[in-house]
Amino acid sequence: MATLTRFEARAATREPTWFKWTLIGVSLTFFAVFLLLPLITVFHEALKKGVDTYLAALVEPDAVAAIRLTLTAAAIALPLNLVFGVAAAWAIAKFDFRGKHVLITLIDLPFSVSPVVAGLVYVLVFGMQGWLGPTLAGYDIRILFSLPGIVLATIFVTFPFVARELIPLMVDQGRDEEEAAATLGASGFQTFLRVTLPNIKWGLLYGILLCNARALGEFGAVSVLSGHIRGQTNTMPLHVQLLYDNYDYAGAFAVAALLAMLALLTLALKSFLEWRYADELAASHRH
Amino acid sequence: MSRRSHVLPGFKLTLGYTLIYLSLIVLIPLSAVVVRSAELSPAEFWQVVTAPRVLASYRVSFGLSLAAAAINTVFGLMLAWSLVRYSFPGKKLVDALVDLPFALPTAVAGISLTALYAKNGWIGQWLEGELGIKVAFGPLGILVALTFIGLPFVVRTVQPILEDIETELEEAAASLGAQRWQTVWHVVLPILLPAVLTGFALAFARAVGEYGSVIFIAGNIPMVSEITPLMIITKLEQYEYPAATAIALTMLAASFVLLLAINGLQAWTERVTGRDR
Repeated sequence: MATLTRFEARAATREPTWFKWTLIGVSLTFFAVFLLLPLITVFHEALKKGVDTYLAALVEPDAVAAIRLTLTAAAIALPLNLVFGVAAAWAIAKFDFRGKHVLITLIDLPFSVSPVVAGLVYVLVFGMQGWLGPTLAGYDIRILFSLPGIVLATIFVTFPFVARELIPLMVDQGRDEEEAAATLGASGFQTFLRVTLPNIKWGLLYGILLCNARALGEFGAVSVLSGHIRGQTNTMPLHVQLLYDNYDYAGAFAVAALLAMLALLTLALKSFLEWRYADELAASHRH
Repeated sequence: MSRRSHVLPGFKLTLGYTLIYLSLIVLIPLSAVVVRSAELSPAEFWQVVTAPRVLASYRVSFGLSLAAAAINTVFGLMLAWSLVRYSFPGKKLVDALVDLPFALPTAVAGISLTALYAKNGWIGQWLEGELGIKVAFGPLGILVALTFIGLPFVVRTVQPILEDIETELEEAAASLGAQRWQTVWHVVLPILLPAVLTGFALAFARAVGEYGSVIFIAGNIPMVSEITPLMIITKLEQYEYPAATAIALTMLAASFVLLLAINGLQAWTERVTGRDR
């Protein structure tokens, strides 16, 4: 039995035992039905026809192509949003200017937009009837139904992750250390590298982790822009859909289980960061 | 806020880059929805966004999102309370897994929930076989999927506030003769209210736009279980770009209103709890 929480240790903040166990019972039942069972189902379905079928579905050429495409898209989107996140947090945390709150809200905007709408906006810009589509076609540049479109969709849906992690953290830390470094003659880049970066590195990693998980798993926005060409423009989640729609459930769940393992790995790393580096993460994660 | 002397470099560079990147990736493409919608006359626009099948999709999307957010509010609050205030075996694991819907790709959630609630699934064979309640391939399936993806929001907005409440407040109430339920009802819950509502709004906003987890389990029956994002996809597949854009604009308008509401609620949370975001 775990030790009592500080709330349970005092009479004034303690509920009756029957109440405690009823509440835990109800909330854990909800947790088990809506969260644990779906997770177990993924692995159960993936391994239903044996480990060999499972592994075969992962090394099949179309699956490998999907894995490669997903990793490529994430590898391009992630550094771009990382640079943006650091720049935005630097501007917002270290300087005062008008419209700061509006800017923060706008950075969060992609979280409120449906992934399908996110895909659609790029069709409107880069499609053959779009603003830039005909011009780009003249230069033989394809955005839709190829890698650039998939990357754009991924960038859009993961846009706020790093920035929203760093902004509260850097606002919290203030400007004194950087100003001291600058006064002592450090250049802007030196100040960032030697003073700011060590202070924000765990928060940065936390943001990258969340950004990466979303990048690997995005479905709606990528679905609109990919064109669904098997072995060419299908990412892992789209490959899951394709197999599932073709009644290849074992294959679909095999790829799904791989994605689920990546999700579990993400959660494990995230919990580790929250536990080990609690003081160096933004206040909202210190629990 | 006092304006400091500009000791630190990089203001123009970082703010400039932020604004350009934000404009190129988010603002200009989003403005395309507004501009391209104008290609329709007001009458045509109105006809598209109020077509019976589209209206039915609003009812499905908004109605079920509201229901899912409400379910998550009740159970999320209970789960947050259990995680913060009680000790029980496996608590750390439960706490870590609460974020699973954020980390698990929506398509994976979609096919898994479908397998679980289909007629031959673990839950489905019992619900549909014994009780005659059809979940997968109908509106109830959508409700299940939206509940799954919205699960972390209320838990994660309430948890830190519940953790930070000063126990002195509750002790003061108790020492003044309040019963425990009175303290919880009159002292603790009012402090939590803004955070609970924020979590509700976040879960609702996420559910309204959700696509990946829903389309597998919804059955996508016209007028019955089609969600609004699916209507946009359907129009796109028929190359009806103006119609897809018009529906997208109504969704964007809804997202915008929700975003303002969420910002307001977060500001309220900060006022009530004295926390800085």
